[in-house]
Amino acid sequence: MTVIAGRPRVAVAVFPGTWSDRDFAHVAGSVLGWETRLLWHTETDVGDADAVVLPGGFAHGDHLRTGAIARFSPIMRAVEAFAEAGGPVIGSCNGFQVLTEAGMLPGALMRNDHLEFRCDWQTLRVEHSSASPAWLGDLSDGDLIRLPISHGEGRYVAADETLDALEASGRVVLRYSDDDGRINATANPNGSERGIAGVVNERGNVLGLMPHPERAAEPEVGGTDGLRIFRSLERWLHHQPAAAERRL
Amino acid sequence: MGVTAMRWMAEVHVALRPGIADPEGQTIGAALRSLGHGSVAEVRSGKLMRIAFEADDHAAAEAEVAEMCRRFLANPVMEVASWEIRADEQIGDGPALP
Repeated sequence: MTVIAGRPRVAVAVFPGTWSDRDFAHVAGSVLGWETRLLWHTETDVGDADAVVLPGGFAHGDHLRTGAIARFSPIMRAVEAFAEAGGPVIGSCNGFQVLTEAGMLPGALMRNDHLEFRCDWQTLRVEHSSASPAWLGDLSDGDLIRLPISHGEGRYVAADETLDALEASGRVVLRYSDDDGRINATANPNGSERGIAGVVNERGNVLGLMPHPERAAEPEVGGTDGLRIFRSLERWLHHQPAAAERRL
Repeated sequence: MGVTAMRWMAEVHVALRPGIADPEGQTIGAALRSLGHGSVAEVRSGKLMRIAFEADDHAAAEAEVAEMCRRFLANPVMEVASWEIRADEQIGDGPALP
């Protein structure tokens, strides 16, 4: 087994209306020096990517429902196959919405309870970080991180049984919290059930979160907590077979 | 599609499941009450889509709309779809919508 010794290779999906693709590419490419490639939604292959990003924005104008049209894009077949093979996938904001519409993560994201678009810095509490070594390996349970949020439809909903099952299996990994780590209605920026800001799939390789880690990756923009998610991936990849071998 | 295909008009209603919070409906309800409609107890918002399409017969049209709803038009996590279908002779010949 060869491990990935070189730079991580990350592919960033771009749908018509995506807006955070360049920010992700900037952080991965310019801040971290990774190999970065943008994937247009009509492409059918993620290539030799070690990880795939579904960024924020308003794919297909958010028409019908957020992510409802994007999930049928050709590139999503490739992303599903990549995730099925264990490849790490992160969906932030609109990317999270695409993942839920595609059935890659449970639940759905609905209009914020106050009906406003909310753009702000938000404190998040990390839980069950061990559920996703690829994305949260450098974080610890109880850590409070600050990331920007920027959404009008971020209210996480799911059936009570689904929520209970997610909690029981430790797949709720990020919750909106106040600066003391308390989960309550005041800290909840959109009315999400149980303050849920991020969940992972059963295998732990697919993470969906409403906040934007790529907007908190340089001190000049107000914070670097988002880098901890990128660094988790980098460290995790160094212990994995190279993408080419994973596919053999 | 056979040469006998007929034109149909489906009205698809997508509603939020009972119990799913509907802040938009609540806001509309509050506005109605403030406009003097004090008896308004509840408003639930949703979507209405009119879909003009062709199918061989009514059963085929029903099946096609059911598939549209199942796969795409409604998200079963928080929505339910219902629909009515009628033969629509006006498609292509003039304005079919009011």
